[in-house]
Amino acid sequence: MPRTLTPFMSINVDQIRKDFPILERETANGRRVIYLDSTATSHKPLEVIDAMNDYYRRSNANIHRGVHTLAEEATALYENARERIARFINAASFREVVYTRNTTESINLVAYSWARANLKSGDLVILTEMEHHSNLVPWHMLQMERGIELEFIPVTDEGLLDLDAYKSLLGRNPKLVSFTHMSNVLGTINPAAEIIHLAHSAGALTLVDGAQSVPHLSVDVQALDADFYAFSAHKMCGPTGIGVLYGKSALLEGMPPFLGGGDMIKEVKLRSFRANTLPHKFEAGTPAIAEAVGFGAAVDYLTKVGMDDIAAHEHGITEYALERLEEVPGVKVFGPPAEKKGGVTAFTLAGVHPHDVAQILDQDGIAVRAGHHCAQPLHEKFGIPATSRASFYLYSTKEEVDLLIKGLYKVKEIFG
Amino acid sequence: MDDLYREVIIEHYKNPSYRGKLDPHDISFADNNPLCGDHIQIDLRVNPEGIVTEAMFDGHGCAISQASADLLMESIIGKPLEEVKELNRQDILDMLGIDLGPVRLKCALLSLKVLKAGVYGLGEASDSLVE
Repeated sequence: MPRTLTPFMSINVDQIRKDFPILERETANGRRVIYLDSTATSHKPLEVIDAMNDYYRRSNANIHRGVHTLAEEATALYENARERIARFINAASFREVVYTRNTTESINLVAYSWARANLKSGDLVILTEMEHHSNLVPWHMLQMERGIELEFIPVTDEGLLDLDAYKSLLGRNPKLVSFTHMSNVLGTINPAAEIIHLAHSAGALTLVDGAQSVPHLSVDVQALDADFYAFSAHKMCGPTGIGVLYGKSALLEGMPPFLGGGDMIKEVKLRSFRANTLPHKFEAGTPAIAEAVGFGAAVDYLTKVGMDDIAAHEHGITEYALERLEEVPGVKVFGPPAEKKGGVTAFTLAGVHPHDVAQILDQDGIAVRAGHHCAQPLHEKFGIPATSRASFYLYSTKEEVDLLIKGLYKVKEIFG
Repeated sequence: MDDLYREVIIEHYKNPSYRGKLDPHDISFADNNPLCGDHIQIDLRVNPEGIVTEAMFDGHGCAISQASADLLMESIIGKPLEEVKELNRQDILDMLGIDLGPVRLKCALLSLKVLKAGVYGLGEASDSLVE
C-alpha cells in the first residue's frame, strides 16, 4: 500500500512529549535524555503506566475461572484489551489475536505448531537477508530437526528486497514465505501486500514479522491478506513481556496447540485432553494480565494520536536526519532513501567503532544503539561487523537530530 | 575529555605496537565477542623455559577492546605462562586505568579471554576465564 504523507509536524510533539515522563529525566552527568533508540524499545506514556498501576491497585486477580468480582473484572480487562488490539490491526475477530510474550515467541509459535505439523524434509521456506535473528534461528532449528530447505530473498545495495529474485524462488514451490515488514536496521518498508500476493499465487502461506511496522505504520492484516502476523507491545508504547500472533482463524483452528497447561484446555482426563477454543488454545498458564491491560492502553493511545500522523511525523524527522547525517564527513548511512523507509537510520563513522560512537554520545545523554542489532547476516552482507543506529518515534524532535549531529562531530574530534 | 577515552586508550587504538600475526607461533587462538562481533586473534612465541618472548594480536573492534589487547600484549612479553594464567579482570582495568559498566567490560576482557583460552589450550574463550 502506498503511504500518504501529510505535511511534516502533523502532530504536536511538545504536547506528546508531556505524556512520556521518562523524557524529563537526566542522565548521570545531568544531561537530558535524548532517546534515539525506540527501535529497540519505545517509551511508555502515562496512560499505559497508569492503566497497569490501576490494574494492580484495583482489579488484580487470576483470569477466566474465578467467579468473584476481582476475577470477573480482571478477565474483562484482559479480554477487552484483546478486542481493541484486534481492531487496531483490523483482524476479523478477537479470536485471531493470540497473546504471546513478544514477536520472537509469536514466530516460534508458528515454527513449533504450524510448521512442525505441516513441513517435512525438503520443504522450502523463503526468508530474506534482512531478517532479525528471531526470524532466522527458529527456521535454522527446524532445518536441523526436519531437514527443511531455506532460501533467502537477497537485499540490494540500496537496502531493498530483490523482488525479481523472489519471483524466481517462488518457482520452487515454497510452503511458507516469512519476512519482515520493516527492517530494524535499514528501516526499509517492504511491499508486504505484494510479497504476500505473490506467495499466495505460488501456493505458499505467509508470516510477517511486524515488530517494527505495527508501532509506526497503519497496519491492516485483512487488507494485506497476511496468514500470520507477529508483533510486540513494548515497541509500540506498551509494556515488555507481551506480544501478539495474529493468524487467520481457519489456520489457527487447524494447528496443534503450542505449550500445554492450564487455560489452553477444554477438558483434561488422566490420559488425554481436549484443546480450548481460539485464541485460548495457544495461551497456556497464567498470562501477562497487567501487560495485556497496558497493551490495550497503548493501542488506545496510538489510535488517539493517529497512526497516519505518527508515520508522517517520523517521515519528516527521518528525512531531516538523513540530510544532516550526509553533511558529516566520514558518515555512511545504510538503507534506502527516506520515502522507502521508516524512522531507522543505521550508519558508520569512518575510523570509529560504533560502540565508541554510542559511548561518547551517551556522555551527552544521547542514546543510540551500537552493534549488529540482531541482524548479523545483514551486516555481513554489507561487509561491516556493526553499525550505530538512531531511531525515531512520535516523541522525537528535529532538535534531537541536531544534538546527534553535534555529538558526532565531538566523536570525530576525540578520535582525531 | 571523559575518563573512558583517556589519551592512552585512543593512542593504543590508533597506533598499536603489537598488532599483527606471528608465523610460526607456539600458541594461537581467536574468538569473537558475540555481543558486537568484535574479533581478536592472539599469537604467542614461548621459549623452552615457558617465557613469552613475542606476542601479537589481530582483529577488529572498538577502541576499548583493541587498546586493551595492545596493552595486554605489552604486559605479557617476558612473563612466564604460569603468570599469564593468573591475569584477571582487575589487571586489565588497572592497565586501562578506567572503570567500565558490564557491557563495555566484555569488550575490555575479550583479549584476556582469548589469551587464557589459548594458553590453557581450550576450545572456547569463556567468561569464566576472567571472573
